[in-house]
Amino acid sequence: MLYREAGDFKTTYVEDGQTFPLKLDRIGYWALLVVAFGVVPFIVNDYWANAALVPFLIYAIAALGLNILTGYCGQVSLGTGGFMAVGAYASYKLLTAMPWLPLPIAVILAGLVTAAVGVLFGLPSLRIKGFYLAVATLAAQFFLVWLFNKMPWFYNYSASGQITVPERSVFGIIVSGPLTSAPAKYLTCLSFLLVLGWLARNLTRGASGRKWMAIRDMDIAAEIIGVNPLAAKLTAFAVSSFFVGVAGALFFSVYLGAVEVGEAFGINKSFLVLFMIIIGGLGSIFGSLAGAAFMVLLPVFLKNVLVLHLGWPTDVATHLEVMIVGAMIIMFLILEPHGIAALWRVTKEKLRLWPFPH
Amino acid sequence: MNDTAVTTTPDGRTIGGVLMEMKHITLRFGGVEAIKDISFDIREGEIRAIIGPNGAGKSSMLNIISGFYVPQEGEVWFRGVKRPPMKPFQVAKLGIARTFQNIALFDGMSVLDNVMTGRLTHMSSGLFGQALWWGHAQAEEVENRAKVERIIDFLEIQNIRKTPVARLPYGLKKRVELARALAAEPSLLLLDEPMAGMNVEEKEDMSRFILDVNDEFGTTIALIEHDMGVVMDISDRVVVMDYGKKIGDGTPDEVRANQDVIDAYLGVAHD
Ligand SMILES: Nc1ncnc2c1ncn2[C@@H]1O[C@H](COP(=O)(O)OP(=O)(O)O)[C@@H](O)[C@H]1O
Ligand SMILES: [Mg+2]
Repeated sequence: MLYREAGDFKTTYVEDGQTFPLKLDRIGYWALLVVAFGVVPFIVNDYWANAALVPFLIYAIAALGLNILTGYCGQVSLGTGGFMAVGAYASYKLLTAMPWLPLPIAVILAGLVTAAVGVLFGLPSLRIKGFYLAVATLAAQFFLVWLFNKMPWFYNYSASGQITVPERSVFGIIVSGPLTSAPAKYLTCLSFLLVLGWLARNLTRGASGRKWMAIRDMDIAAEIIGVNPLAAKLTAFAVSSFFVGVAGALFFSVYLGAVEVGEAFGINKSFLVLFMIIIGGLGSIFGSLAGAAFMVLLPVFLKNVLVLHLGWPTDVATHLEVMIVGAMIIMFLILEPHGIAALWRVTKEKLRLWPFPH
Repeated sequence: MNDTAVTTTPDGRTIGGVLMEMKHITLRFGGVEAIKDISFDIREGEIRAIIGPNGAGKSSMLNIISGFYVPQEGEVWFRGVKRPPMKPFQVAKLGIARTFQNIALFDGMSVLDNVMTGRLTHMSSGLFGQALWWGHAQAEEVENRAKVERIIDFLEIQNIRKTPVARLPYGLKKRVELARALAAEPSLLLLDEPMAGMNVEEKEDMSRFILDVNDEFGTTIALIEHDMGVVMDISDRVVVMDYGKKIGDGTPDEVRANQDVIDAYLGVAHD
């Protein structure tokens, strides 16, 4: 009975609305932050930064974004890859057009550009729902990739059709381009995730989150309590696309440094991020992070354990990965639509009662 | 009665002037005339009932008031002015709240969050303020939470505050839906069969809540009910509908004595 709320009384509504109602959870959270900012940067090497940590941080931002739209507001999107591409190309155009523009500002501006594009593609959501909306966003996905491929202006007429990030520094530390160190990439992405995660948490626990969830759960009842459906859906598209755009900009400018749109932001990306929120938990901030961690770490884990230690052939490990992901998606969709986040909550509820079973 | 007369009920409540007036409403679905040239008014502070057999057009009438249906003919007057065509979310902003015949709660949310959604028309902080959890956004949240807690106490649902509504039994869901509507502090509250499907005890609870809401907050209430007995006990005036037509309108005693009503309604669907 160590993990519990007995004696941890809430006396104000502010306290009752806290992100981590339990003291132990709060301590854990701050400890995690101290380790993430104070310890990891000193020990992280290139392999772990590039294979696990940096992609996790970036996908976590994208998953938060998609979860706001799909998990909280109930609007399914298969356009995540396309919107990440918008963020990437916007940051590229901004950084190359304005050599003095700091990278973090370019990334934020790229997020805003993506938000505007997201609102545009969100307009049909007033009329179409569910499956048909998913198909419309799929069309956006293909259209955007096609656009960035076909219009040389977007890749500054480079011969290869690729975009390559110019070098930038923050406080004298290089954060983009081939010379970027692993800790710099990690810290840049971690800072973005921390701030965006906090924003997402605030939005979803307040009036906006309730509007989105009302639209998701029953749009007729949402209207009767005064929610303008178009405004609620479009703000969800805007906020969601902002997050996804930031993720795309970081993916390009900080993580990879150079991308080709079809390869980096194809339909596979859309599905990958969708799987993250299904496995992690629809309508949950924690679930977005858990799903991103799972989908990024699973292949790393399989490669390290099965291929490197047990000597399995690489293609078998890859097939196994696909099977595990497939099985988990079916399992979560049927048994537990709230994903890992719900399993975690149930575990915690049990832990509160431990060692008594009831 | 003229429009501005203020009257006092036998139990001492004050009934004011006309709050809402429906004038010659006709509503058709394709060839079906669901409502035929119906006029009636709702006075400030009263409990106004609409009764009638299934399919009489009662729910359709509420749907017109709340903006889901647009009548082919007729006018809706609110607070002395003709109301232009409005979307339901705009009607909500006028201070008109309602519950549905088939419960329409947000199943993925807790009781508390459901009731908090009722406060949305009173919350003004913008997206940026909320994202940054700035002073105003946070203060607004706390202030509205306090109001919601009062409603939760009033309807005696404190102990299920944090329960997901999907887990609640039917009767409690109906009560939570009432709480959400009340949270809006409406000037006009529309209840579509608030007691349908309830047992006798639950019906008594609900009747008491409806009377208390009207008494304590002075809320004007228009309610649809199937159960004649309950309606006659709690309402000040009753409209009787049958097959889309109005066949009676008056105090419970007047309606009870109306021969058309006895023939059409009491004889038929007295369940
Ligand atoms: N959306 C709709 N489309 C078609 N017909 C409808 C619709 N809503 C109601 N009706 C019809 O209008 C008539 C009145 O229905 P309703 O207002 O629900 O009656 P009540 O609430 O008195 O039982 C019924 O014949 C019903 O079938
Ligand atoms: Mg009805």
